[in-house]
Amino acid sequence: MIHASLKELSQALAAKQISSVELSTLFLDRIERLNPDINAFVTVDREKSLAMARAADARIAAGTAGPLTGIPVAQKDIFCAEGWTTTCGSKMLANFVSPYDATVIRKMHAEAGMVSLGKTNMDEFAMGSSNETSYFGPVKNPWDRARVPGGSSGGSAAAVAARLAPAATGTDTGGSIRQPAALCNLTGLKPTYGVVSRYGMIAFASSLDQGGPMAASAEDCALLLNTMVGFDERDSTSLDRPAEDYARDLDKPLAGLRIGLPREFFGEGCDAEVMAAVRAAIAEYEKLGATCVEVSLPNSHLSVPAYYVIAPAEASSNLSRFDGVRYGYRAPEYGNLDDMYMKSRAQGFGAEVKRRILIGTYVLSHGYYDAYYLQAQRIRRLIANDFVEAFKQCDVIMGPTSPSTAFKLGEKAADPVQMYLSDIYTIAVNLAGLPGMSIPCGFAGGLPVGLQLIGNYFAEGQLLNVAHRYQQATDWHARRPEAIA
Amino acid sequence: MSLTLEQVKRIAHLARIETSDAEALSTQGHLNGIFQLIEQMQAVDTAGIEPMAHAQDLAQRLRDDAVSEADRRAAYQAVAPETEAGLYLVPKVIE
Repeated sequence: MIHASLKELSQALAAKQISSVELSTLFLDRIERLNPDINAFVTVDREKSLAMARAADARIAAGTAGPLTGIPVAQKDIFCAEGWTTTCGSKMLANFVSPYDATVIRKMHAEAGMVSLGKTNMDEFAMGSSNETSYFGPVKNPWDRARVPGGSSGGSAAAVAARLAPAATGTDTGGSIRQPAALCNLTGLKPTYGVVSRYGMIAFASSLDQGGPMAASAEDCALLLNTMVGFDERDSTSLDRPAEDYARDLDKPLAGLRIGLPREFFGEGCDAEVMAAVRAAIAEYEKLGATCVEVSLPNSHLSVPAYYVIAPAEASSNLSRFDGVRYGYRAPEYGNLDDMYMKSRAQGFGAEVKRRILIGTYVLSHGYYDAYYLQAQRIRRLIANDFVEAFKQCDVIMGPTSPSTAFKLGEKAADPVQMYLSDIYTIAVNLAGLPGMSIPCGFAGGLPVGLQLIGNYFAEGQLLNVAHRYQQATDWHARRPEAIA
Repeated sequence: MSLTLEQVKRIAHLARIETSDAEALSTQGHLNGIFQLIEQMQAVDTAGIEPMAHAQDLAQRLRDDAVSEADRRAAYQAVAPETEAGLYLVPKVIE
């Protein structure tokens, strides 16, 4: 049961082969046994989870269940959930018990009837690519516990990879769903900006942040995405669009699909074995009836520099709310009000978060705004325009998700720039606001490799179709780390 | 471009983050490394390019000026470090 797909779990629950309480207990027991080593969860509350499972079982018995009612899910600790400690991986919020639900949480709990197993570890305020900036300690990659799971949704990735949960939520500002999915052999989807509500999702860089599903397959992601999306008047950037079933096109044949291969993603800078796995996956797509065309994203090399102006600028503004007054950490000793702010923020934030606040403060400050912030926004436009041109020649863009497999814990922790460059292939997608996925496509040195799929705006259904057909023809996504049985 | 130690301290003050001399020194090294990466942007001619603030080209929605939220002051203040009589307490700012 722990390896079952969401569809199989849904069928088992509907057929009363297992109850939600039994299923949830199975996963809660695994968390109790395996989490002390992996550190994927920062909060588990068995009683709360089982209460949700009992409510789900009642819905199933009453015949009012939806497709995912009673299925357990892990929630990235960036989503506020009423009555649950919601830390965002930070000392600043270590004792913050949310008084309200994020829209994503409300939809999953109240509407879909899913059972939250707990809150997953993450880089502090989602700022990181290895999960090492968490106040609650690093997460270990279930494929090799000396290595990182990626970040910032590293806890969610490790939880699903170790089958501590059938699926999880993540958020992606510069690659935080796709890169950990790649490093942990999962399927992860970052939707088009505006499709999933950001209400109650603790803000990092508001023009880039987007929630999405992380699971073992494209089919699982489609089902989970169906529960997450929808217009929300509480998010000023939520898009009011007709509802769609993201699983509707999963089985569509790929004959005639045009795959764009950006020459900038196939040059230097990527590990050779990773590249070999990516190329083999593209060859498999050709067997499935797709054709490939070379495209160009000539400004993609500027995505990391532009991102490290825009994201910190937005973060410095967003994180100014943490001042020790209304919620969060307050320093135990201080003098005047200013001193209280200075000490609370100095003690409550970790080093990487402080660095990004400082970068953001600087690029927004008088005399530097035009040279940095406006220049970055102009480059953002160039990057977005590159995709518009590329999509005139192709339906979907493919390339590596990450330039390497999972790196060792501590390997890049001392050098922020090296860490930033691990998101070199994912960041442009956030800047443009496009949907992107990572799917398992092989192994290099025994570690998972992710294939990135980038779609045009609102092409989530198509991306999931493209991913699903590949997963029908290959079994990379079904491989599990040996050590977790 | 290279930030001086004084600039680092000034930015930290603007961001209201207390920073010791030793912290400022290591932060200076890291920030200068990051700005070296960021400086690649300066070689690009962006004359005439409209800055892109947002992925979706949308105007802000307006809503009716009507009460839409319930009064949950007690629940929201329960998570505050210090409150009294429905007010947030901070050090005295006006003598």
